[in-house]
Amino acid sequence: MNIIEIKNLSRTYGDEVKTYALINASFSIQKGEFVAIMGPSGSGKSTLMHVLGLLDRATSGTYLFENRDVSTLNDNELAVLRNEEIGFVFQAFNLLPRTTVFKNVALPLIYARDKSEGNKRVRDILEKVNLSHRLGYLTNQISGGEKQRVAIARALINNPSVVFADEPTGNLDSKSGVQVIEILQKLNDEGHTIILVTHETETAECADRVINIVDGKIVSDKRVKSKKRVSANDLIK
Amino acid sequence: MLQQITQAAISSISSLWENKVRSIITMIGIVIGVSSVLIIMSIGVGAQSLILSQIESLGSNLISVSPGHAEEGDMLAGFFNFAVTTLKYNDVTYLRSNRYAPNLVDVAGYNRGFGVVKWRSESYDTSLNGTTASYLTVEGSEIEVGRFFTEEEEINLSRVAVLGSAVKQELFGESDTVGQRIKIGGASYEVIGVIKERGTVGLEDYDDQVLLPIRTTQRMMGINHIGLIRARVDSDENIDKSIEDIKVLLREQHGIRDQSGKSDDFSVGSSVQTLSLVTTITDGLRFFLTAMAALSLLVGGIGIMNIMLISVTERTREIGLRKAVGANNFDILGQFLLEAVFVTGLGSIIGIVIGIIVSFLIAIGVRFAGFDWAFVISPSSIVLALVVSAGIGLFFGYYPALKASKLDPIEALRYE
Repeated sequence: MNIIEIKNLSRTYGDEVKTYALINASFSIQKGEFVAIMGPSGSGKSTLMHVLGLLDRATSGTYLFENRDVSTLNDNELAVLRNEEIGFVFQAFNLLPRTTVFKNVALPLIYARDKSEGNKRVRDILEKVNLSHRLGYLTNQISGGEKQRVAIARALINNPSVVFADEPTGNLDSKSGVQVIEILQKLNDEGHTIILVTHETETAECADRVINIVDGKIVSDKRVKSKKRVSANDLIK
Repeated sequence: MLQQITQAAISSISSLWENKVRSIITMIGIVIGVSSVLIIMSIGVGAQSLILSQIESLGSNLISVSPGHAEEGDMLAGFFNFAVTTLKYNDVTYLRSNRYAPNLVDVAGYNRGFGVVKWRSESYDTSLNGTTASYLTVEGSEIEVGRFFTEEEEINLSRVAVLGSAVKQELFGESDTVGQRIKIGGASYEVIGVIKERGTVGLEDYDDQVLLPIRTTQRMMGINHIGLIRARVDSDENIDKSIEDIKVLLREQHGIRDQSGKSDDFSVGSSVQTLSLVTTITDGLRFFLTAMAALSLLVGGIGIMNIMLISVTERTREIGLRKAVGANNFDILGQFLLEAVFVTGLGSIIGIVIGIIVSFLIAIGVRFAGFDWAFVISPSSIVLALVVSAGIGLFFGYYPALKASKLDPIEALRYE
């Protein structure tokens, strides 16, 4: 089953002089895939992720998210989809400052329709990313690697079908980076669809499939022959 | 909808808590505004009741006749008319025990001036009140030592003086007074009595004056008119009737045929009228002062808008993140709007508490100074303060909140 299906998707900026950030992109992603979107900075990979993540709208082309045409949905419906079906992990963590780990993970619950067993869900997910002992800590009292694991827990709280990770290892030391990738692989094993945006080949090789993008165009879309499994003891670089 | 509001409320309260310093600073403006409105309203009511009780203590059954024509109820015209000479000593005697004014207990005439009173080496500047022998009955004052002057002494231009207690204290201290001779304007007067201490009643200091027979003062000042007539009425119900009696009698005495009142060269009013006039004036003052204090609330509101705008900029990334995890524009708008309302709401509650405490301390202080001060906090002023400040929170919080809700999530997430 295709969770994401795009056809001739373009995103332009500006009215008179048009700048193409994404040109006629077409591909589909199946449920349970681990896809890396790779490209140098400025290639349009972030734009692609924003459009796929329903944070931004394409200027032309079609986008079916779980077989629903995104262009027919209004902003509030997109917000509901982002809340329930999508989880984001950012390079800069984007945690709320002066706020506890617990509250950060619970943040998407505020906007969720289903808040049942919220506290239990937060605890279970923190357990999963090995942060049970940091529950009451403020986000400025924990390390970078821990911050990114909090962000992953936050992305998972509403049990989304897709997790978008935008350069999740970019601000981390290599050991913490490996831990983050390991968690993403584990989530993928459990059936979550993972879309990882990166500019590092070695990180991209931890996925099943790598989509290369240069100057807004998709230049290659390949399966990874030997997917690299990482564990906390390995170093990617 | 309700759920969304609850969500926004939860987000607002937690982010206010997580930014305590900023929240408190924002609150200060509102606290000051609300407490000053409350304090000023309370002082206004207290001061007004103090002034009114002073006037009431004169007795509500006093009628005043001033020289010169004045519109009904307009006591000020007569009050400032020093040069009008239409009231005469004869008017007092004519009104006294006149069978056509049966409800007048007694009538007194007054001429007021100022001068230096000397006794031996002591001298004291005080008000010289020329009056008639009926003074004590009309004013309700009492004699402490000696006696008041008689009608005979009044008619005979006797040089006798009755001292207010403050004047006695200033000139004589603890020495005996009755029988002593004091000097006023070069002439010598015999002190025959001292009035019992009475304090300030109806804005008039009863203790800081020397009472002299009115005709004696007329000759001293070289005038033949008098400044004021006061009459005491036997009961409250007869005030209006007695005012009419006095008007009719004075028109007759002054040879005025026009009974409409338009040609009157005098004006008659009761202390009830004075009361309503003073109420009007003090009401105006209270309103003005409250409006001034309310301005500070407005300034507090602008402070809120300012801090909220800074807060929106500072939390751009947070807004982007909230949108990424599923908040829609309404959620963000509600959160920031409620933050503003909570800040003003809490600020005004603190302001109300401070306002009540300060008003209470002021009341205690004024009472300690010996005045009868009412400590009044009206529920309406509390409701007003709460409603106004919540309104200010909504009004000044709306623009920053709208700005926050319209942020593009991608731009907001990228914001450094």
